[in-house]
Amino acid sequence: MLAHVRRSVILAVIVLVFFGFVYPLVGTGVAQLLFKHQANGSITANGSTLIGQNWTSPKFFHGRPDDAGPYAANPKATPPASGGDNPLVANGVSGESSATSLGPRSKVLLANTRQLVAYWHRLGVNPTPDLVTTSGSGLDPDIAPQDAYVQIPMVSQATGIAPPRLRSLIASQVHPAQLGFLGSDYVVVLQLNEALARLR
Amino acid sequence: MGFFWTIVVLVIALGISWRYLGSYMAAVFEGRVHFLAWAERPVYKALGTDPEQEQTWKRYAGSLVIFSAVSILITYVILRVQGHLFLNPQHQVSVGPALSWNTAASFVTNTNWQNYGGESTMSYFSQMGALTVQQFVSPAVGIAVAIALVRGFSRRKSATIGNFWVDITRCMLYILLPAAFLAGIIFVGQGAVQTLAGTVTVHDSLNGVTQTIPRGPVGFMEAIKQLGTNGGGFMNVNSAHPFENPTGFTNWLSIFLLLVIPFALTYTFGKMVGSIRHGAALLAAMVIIFGVWVGFSSYAEHQGNPAVAVAGIHQTTGNTEGKEVRFGDTSSALFGVSSTNTSTGSADASYDSFTPIGGFGLLTGMMLGEVTPGGTGSGLYTILIYAVIAVFIGGLMIGRTPEYLGKKIQAKEVKLAGLGALVMPMIVLILTAIAVSIHAGRAGPLNAGPHGFTEILYGLTSQGNNNGSAFGGLTGNTTFYNVVGGIDMLIGRFAIMIPALALAGSLAAKGVVPESLGTFRTDNGMFVGLVIGVIIIIGGLTFFPAISLGPIVEQLSHGKFF
Repeated sequence: MLAHVRRSVILAVIVLVFFGFVYPLVGTGVAQLLFKHQANGSITANGSTLIGQNWTSPKFFHGRPDDAGPYAANPKATPPASGGDNPLVANGVSGESSATSLGPRSKVLLANTRQLVAYWHRLGVNPTPDLVTTSGSGLDPDIAPQDAYVQIPMVSQATGIAPPRLRSLIASQVHPAQLGFLGSDYVVVLQLNEALARLR
Repeated sequence: MGFFWTIVVLVIALGISWRYLGSYMAAVFEGRVHFLAWAERPVYKALGTDPEQEQTWKRYAGSLVIFSAVSILITYVILRVQGHLFLNPQHQVSVGPALSWNTAASFVTNTNWQNYGGESTMSYFSQMGALTVQQFVSPAVGIAVAIALVRGFSRRKSATIGNFWVDITRCMLYILLPAAFLAGIIFVGQGAVQTLAGTVTVHDSLNGVTQTIPRGPVGFMEAIKQLGTNGGGFMNVNSAHPFENPTGFTNWLSIFLLLVIPFALTYTFGKMVGSIRHGAALLAAMVIIFGVWVGFSSYAEHQGNPAVAVAGIHQTTGNTEGKEVRFGDTSSALFGVSSTNTSTGSADASYDSFTPIGGFGLLTGMMLGEVTPGGTGSGLYTILIYAVIAVFIGGLMIGRTPEYLGKKIQAKEVKLAGLGALVMPMIVLILTAIAVSIHAGRAGPLNAGPHGFTEILYGLTSQGNNNGSAFGGLTGNTTFYNVVGGIDMLIGRFAIMIPALALAGSLAAKGVVPESLGTFRTDNGMFVGLVIGVIIIIGGLTFFPAISLGPIVEQLSHGKFF
């Protein structure tokens, strides 16, 4: 019994030092050496390409409505006040990255989806499913190519750029599924809008 | 089409690993691998254990239980005092007693149920020193029990079943560490963060947005989180967070990592008992059930969300609520089924927002006892328990004394196997009944109607099976759910492990009966069917009434919203 306890404590200390510190610290060293950009959050001039932002101006393409419509910090304001673009406030949940966790037959989800459909119609956009549903993380940085194409009328009207130019802009920004089959085709909203700003 | 190739490449990669990782693991536990002996020997010296000296099943179980108790205590203390420790750039305060208890029980039992949001609760010290440590230790403990049970079958008239200290040390050192380290590098290369520098503040001059983004030592924790079928992520939303799971490739890699050891252990079993066919028979039972679950769950998730349909939006891309664009519907369903059919419980989407049948697939994957392929180690020892029951039933049918691998299965073995198979359904159903009967339990769910009941049932099933995935709408960080969940996890872990070790001891002590014409074959298609039958009947009959009140009612309520 005592031998068990003594061995347990000794092994617990060994694994604490080795897997708690040596493993993650050596890992951090290797990561910072080999992949400095990725290991620090893929930060570019206007933010991280992996963390979604809240785009409210019709002059830009919008991301998924993780922080818009009924999920905004103040949904009663017109236009609804943004949730603050804070990765610690997502889908109306304060404090962390978060999904809505609303079930498929939830009345709340139905009401929120209807509000989001109306929200997009006010912006002159005929929304796709991605644009009226929220993501798993609450900070999805990407939209599908189709989600960008349906926003062309809104962006074209606000910026005066002809729809065909916007179409080819989107096409140039599509990241195909990795190796052709892993995951889905996607567009990083931040990169798309940076390219759009260069076009103006 | 992309999904088809995702599956094809996964099957090829797992098939190769089954053969080679399986035989490598057998070599590790038979003491034939030595390349890290310079690190291994000092550990035994510090522990004062002779690696050649073996333990009886009682001493093995004693070492395991006491080591786990010490691990819970250390994890608990670290969480309680994290506010006063270093490596805390986000100035997180110390964690309260109920949540610390639940989290300590959760990580030590390989559950990784999380009643907290990682990036807003845990310091880097806790994430590394408390949680990542247990992500190495708890799978090693599970695998050690599985190997001990395999030795029960492979040995003749032996009083001992191995040395617990040696088994977990070799498992961590030769199997988990090298694989996790390599995978960690890949995760970071793809975009997972790995830094101790705390949050970063960025400003976007295009839209005037300023963001403060939490970061941390994520990538290398991610690797062992999946490989050890742990599932506890650094961030609240787990593998849905782009800093944990940045690309379609890391999503595939996660699925591969969490399946690879549980599947390969069936080869290890076959190799150690001297009959690969017996390992392949268990693999076949696992693969058939797993394949069916992947099939209907990904089909269900491809059907679209009822609320979106009623709101008038035409859906061709499946159920997108709670899913990330870069993964898509079917890959998220594959991830979910893989995560709940093992004891992983990581999530790359909001499982609460899955369609009723998609959610049914996740929930029942756990209810079958997590044997298809199950957790690291726990999957193998649990399916061996089911195999013993299948042999017993087969023996009754043909009127012979049942044998498995030449070992007579007698009253004692059947009792131990029955105990191991029935503890989990009993604890889960009793605790669910308590939770829905009292106010503190009913206060938990976010959703109304049958989905709310499913949230409670899912939470207690997940903890009782040491899975750790959640229907996230359940508010679990309350005294009731923290305390009850901790008990649920400990019983679900140790009340199966200890009968499994007793079974190992009892079998190891037996001699081998020579095979004869009348021996009931345990390596053919008939036996595979019998094992599948036992798994489905035990899971199906015990849980059917509860499931019919949850996802089945929800699926049948066409056009109704709650």
